[in-house]
Amino acid sequence: MKSFEYARPTTEAEAVAFLGAEGIQTAILAGGTDLTSLLRAELLTPARVVDLKQIPSLRTITPLDDGIQIGALCTLDELAQSPQLGHYRSLFDVIDGIRAIQVQGCGTLGGDLCHLPNCWYFRKGYGILGMEQGVSLPESGDNRYHAILGNSGPAKFVNASRFAPALIAWGAKVRIIGLGAASGAGLSNGPAVVDAEWVPLEYFYSTPQTDRQGHTILRPGQMISHVWLPESPLMSSATYEVLQMEGLDWPLAAAGVCLQLEGGLVRDARIVMGHVAPVPWLIDDAARVLIGQPLNEETAATAAAFAVAQSTPLSMNAYKVQIACTAVKRALLKAAGQLT
Amino acid sequence: MDPDQTHRREPGLNRRDFLKGSGAAVVVSAAANAAVAQQAIPPQQGIKLFSAAPQSITLNVNGEDKQVTVEPRVLLIDALRNDLNLTSCKDVCDRSSCGACTVLIDGKPVYSCTRFAIEVVGQKIVTAESLHSQVATDEIINTFCKHDGMQCGFCTPGFVMAVRGFCNQNPGATQAACKQGLGGNVCRCGAYDGVLKAAYETAQRQP
Repeated sequence: MKSFEYARPTTEAEAVAFLGAEGIQTAILAGGTDLTSLLRAELLTPARVVDLKQIPSLRTITPLDDGIQIGALCTLDELAQSPQLGHYRSLFDVIDGIRAIQVQGCGTLGGDLCHLPNCWYFRKGYGILGMEQGVSLPESGDNRYHAILGNSGPAKFVNASRFAPALIAWGAKVRIIGLGAASGAGLSNGPAVVDAEWVPLEYFYSTPQTDRQGHTILRPGQMISHVWLPESPLMSSATYEVLQMEGLDWPLAAAGVCLQLEGGLVRDARIVMGHVAPVPWLIDDAARVLIGQPLNEETAATAAAFAVAQSTPLSMNAYKVQIACTAVKRALLKAAGQLT
Repeated sequence: MDPDQTHRREPGLNRRDFLKGSGAAVVVSAAANAAVAQQAIPPQQGIKLFSAAPQSITLNVNGEDKQVTVEPRVLLIDALRNDLNLTSCKDVCDRSSCGACTVLIDGKPVYSCTRFAIEVVGQKIVTAESLHSQVATDEIINTFCKHDGMQCGFCTPGFVMAVRGFCNQNPGATQAACKQGLGGNVCRCGAYDGVLKAAYETAQRQP
């Protein structure tokens, strides 16, 4: 691990100032469950690590008139214990699937949303696209855990976030903060100006075309401070993850869904697949076939088949198509209370 | 011939001798640390930026305040093992997924390889060493022995701390809940059955 200086801001403005310092490469430390691995492997070599854990405003869960605002530094066990989140069942399904008390106690919501890919070529130092001398290693090599959708470009990894499918299905937004362009103020010049922008989570992720691009729209010096979820009392939700192991593991495929049923018929549906593409995969077509239908095994299976119809699996991951399809079907049945 | 094999066959060099010999190295490195400590800037209350140089910090471990001088990049596991000689936490997977380095921080089980030492200043760290002393032995140790919750024993201190933390938080947990809660610890020998029995019994005893 390379050495770095350690910053411990106590306000969002200080965090932004520490992160935005000119000419200093920074890394954000939230729960540390992945950053410590990235630093040890020297995949990241920041000159400064900014620890966000001492900022109280990032650790709050606040009910609002139109929804609920969750601080990005809330840990998974804090989310699980929050009575205000009780309606958002799909988030609890995700937490239940992260089967390590150690990760539940340390891992944060914001850290999960920004989690770098687990692609083993990336983790071995071949960059986010896994390129070696212009050749895509995931394309020609072992791609059993790679993308089956959105993989026609050079990016073959899958987005690693476990909350993103559920949150996008809910229509969540994230608050991005960074140093105000006009201010340039450091800590010594009084409070820094914090620019904040609310972005729908479905537009937060991007598929990199070159090794220099990231997997999100965050620019250097920016971070997620909060997540907003709409108040939707009529919606029910579920996440279904297919895991290979009983213990701590990453899903092979997952689906987060929101459903509104009225008189036994589907009035509204949102389906998002995870771990199948470089970005969380929102599938409007599949949701549309459900509208006006009853939700049962048959209609759920039809929607799930739609969800994976456009799949373009790589040499070793055709098996993921069926798994993703099943994840969608079971998530829909679970949200409708038909899967225990 | 593999030099390692040569070593193993020589009766003169065994693990015990190696440990004896390395004692001298520990003394040397302690002296080197003392020199560093003089140069280090003690972090004061309210300081928000620490340079990459060694920092003199206080860690509260097993109820005692301990002074260590470490760079910000030093992980808690390395500070515990190398600076405080608390070697019950094991560095196994190097990627925060096996649980062998588990300690309690403010009562929560945490992988000590996912925390920097400087991050946990002011928090209460508890390692497996605290479970046994001349005056008292935590019941969990007897429970692990009773159910044979180990084979080679290398993952055991991490498992014991995870079980301790889990049972503190989940008294009366069901077997299924124990299994779910302890998924973050890996045992290569496969002693899960005994570990889960020990965890279940500990959870039932927990007030």
